[in-house]
Amino acid sequence: MHGIPISYFLILSAILFSLGVIGVIIRRNVIIVFMSIELMLNAVNLTFVAFSNHLNNIEGQIFVFLVMVVAAAEVAVGLGLIVAMFRLRETVHLDDIRLLKW
Amino acid sequence: MEHFIWLIPLLPLGGAVINGIFGRLLKEKSGWIANLTMFVSFILSLRAFGLVRQGVTFDGNLFEWIVAGKFHAPFGVRVDQLSIIMMLIVTGVGFLIHLYSIGYMHGDPGAGRFFAYLNLFIFAMLMLVMGNNLLLLYLGWEGVGLCSYLLIGFWHEKESASKAGLKAFITNRVGDFGFAIGIFIIFSHLGTIAYSQIFAQTDVLVKAGVVTAASLLLFVGAVGKSAQFPLYVWLPDAMEGPTPVSALIHAATMVTAGVYMVARFNPLFSLSPTTMAVIVSVGTFTAIFAATMALVNKDIKRVLAYSTISQLGYMFIGVGVGAYAAGIFHLMTHAFFKALLFLGAGSVMHAMSNETNIEKMGGLYSKIKITAITFMAAWLAISGIPPFSGFFSKDEILAKAFAYHPIVWVFGTLGALLTSFYMSRLVFVTFFGKSRVEPKVEKHIHESPYVMTIPLMVLAVLAVIGGFVGVPELLGGNNGFEHFLAPVFEGAEANLHFAHVSLGLEYGLMGISVLMALGGIWLAYLMYIRETISADALANRFHRTYTLLYNKYYVDEIYFAFIINPILAFSRWLWNFVDSTVIDGIANLLGKIFILFSYIYRRVQTGYVQSYAAFLVVGVLAILAYYLLQAF
Repeated sequence: MHGIPISYFLILSAILFSLGVIGVIIRRNVIIVFMSIELMLNAVNLTFVAFSNHLNNIEGQIFVFLVMVVAAAEVAVGLGLIVAMFRLRETVHLDDIRLLKW
Repeated sequence: MEHFIWLIPLLPLGGAVINGIFGRLLKEKSGWIANLTMFVSFILSLRAFGLVRQGVTFDGNLFEWIVAGKFHAPFGVRVDQLSIIMMLIVTGVGFLIHLYSIGYMHGDPGAGRFFAYLNLFIFAMLMLVMGNNLLLLYLGWEGVGLCSYLLIGFWHEKESASKAGLKAFITNRVGDFGFAIGIFIIFSHLGTIAYSQIFAQTDVLVKAGVVTAASLLLFVGAVGKSAQFPLYVWLPDAMEGPTPVSALIHAATMVTAGVYMVARFNPLFSLSPTTMAVIVSVGTFTAIFAATMALVNKDIKRVLAYSTISQLGYMFIGVGVGAYAAGIFHLMTHAFFKALLFLGAGSVMHAMSNETNIEKMGGLYSKIKITAITFMAAWLAISGIPPFSGFFSKDEILAKAFAYHPIVWVFGTLGALLTSFYMSRLVFVTFFGKSRVEPKVEKHIHESPYVMTIPLMVLAVLAVIGGFVGVPELLGGNNGFEHFLAPVFEGAEANLHFAHVSLGLEYGLMGISVLMALGGIWLAYLMYIRETISADALANRFHRTYTLLYNKYYVDEIYFAFIINPILAFSRWLWNFVDSTVIDGIANLLGKIFILFSYIYRRVQTGYVQSYAAFLVVGVLAILAYYLLQAF
């Protein structure tokens, strides 16, 4: 597609990534944090595809597959952790999970 | 000579090490090891003496001890006529005293330690007299001071002994401070500390104008070590130590180190008339000052202590007027009779169950004949009665003193009168008259064992005939002693000018001093044997003078009030204010600053994963920003 300049995609991707970072830092619900992480990963995917199209190189899109695989595995493990944590703490509120401070 | 000479100081050192390590195991057998090293050292010294008499002297190094840039301190010895005399005295009289100690220290649990210290002392003293450079002299100097401290405070459970040891060491250090500065002056101008080089370059020191300063400072060290006024206060207190220690260290050897040093440095001292005048003044004053205190003291060892201080004054008069050989001659005869007197006193104490107060003695002659007779031989020698040894040496000094300045002779002769009086008083009150001994002590009076009386007898013989090596031409002798030592004092001869004293005058002076000696004995006889003059009545009539003398002119009290207590107060202030408040405050402040910082940094540890993630993001942004900005 020759119509839309690549910069539009990159800026969109950057915005999505920033939103994801802010979400990870600010949100208090563990599930929302995870969604933000997914958002970051997808922003990166968008960047890869945009460059793949711009440079006419299929390698970008191959890499997106790899990223998706990683994202899926990570979600599986992460949600398992959350479930375990919930069973222990009865909460998904991040402020109450401060085990690293002692 | 170089083959065996090193054994002379190193054997006693070995003895000290062995007794130091195995002393507790060996107990009294340690005495035999100590005596063995002393005996061999003495024999070797005799052999060296034989060589020196043939004119063979030695000045060489065993190894380089310290090499630091231009500073060069070898471990070497100089064996010439002067040092061989000292070596013979140290090893010979030292050996006799070691023998005596076997008897004296019998039964003492610390005997091993005692003999270790004694041998160590001999090593240090030999290094002092044999060393061929200023650093070895200082090593020996400090070493004998250390051993003196260890031996005075030998019975350290006794508080007075401990304190006396400390007093001796500290007073010595005051003198040693001046001594060290004198050494620095010499080194800074000549760049060397070896005797041979110093004596060859004295003109450099003269041109730099430091001869008087350097020699005076070296003499300050001698004032401390040889117990002259004002640094004599440690010697009477040093009597707390075992009597062999008093005999060896505080009569025959250590205290004579100052005299030896002045004699050794005669090329330097003879160049400064000022220093020589100071030495003569200090010596003369000390000779009289100490003798006055001996007049009234009631403790047998303390009378001898003041006597030693006084006789050292005489030796300094000798080397001060330039009569170096005479000073050394008196050093030698004094070693004989003073060691004898101290060992005799120890024998008396042994008989009297350790009593030292002469007012509790009396009538002992018949009970401890050997001790008494040998003691009396020393008494006649020190009083200057011919033909005993003390007469020749003291007279030599007095004759040369007259040539220097008659007033010195006047004081010296007055001192001789005092000397013979207080010694006669000591002899008469201790051995004669009616017995004032306590009954329970009287039952145990017995003569000392042979191991103690044989040294007494040997020393008595020496005290009697020891003077014959230096009979002046005046009396038909050949003055062998002075001629033997002449090569050592050649350097000084050129700088000294002795006034001429006519023969008749010399005989007259000699006669007067003998009369004085006899007069002193006669006066003491009247007061203490015939009791025609009552000592108590005299004391009462002049009771203010008597109290002054009995309390030793309150010198110790003056030192405490004006020197020691102010220094202690200052130290206490330094401790409480500067150390506790200021320095500890700074150290604590540093600690508190760190604690403050930690309060701030602690807040980073939130335990809150999202805050950590936030820090991570901030960091990444910072790095990105840095590289982006660089691109522009």
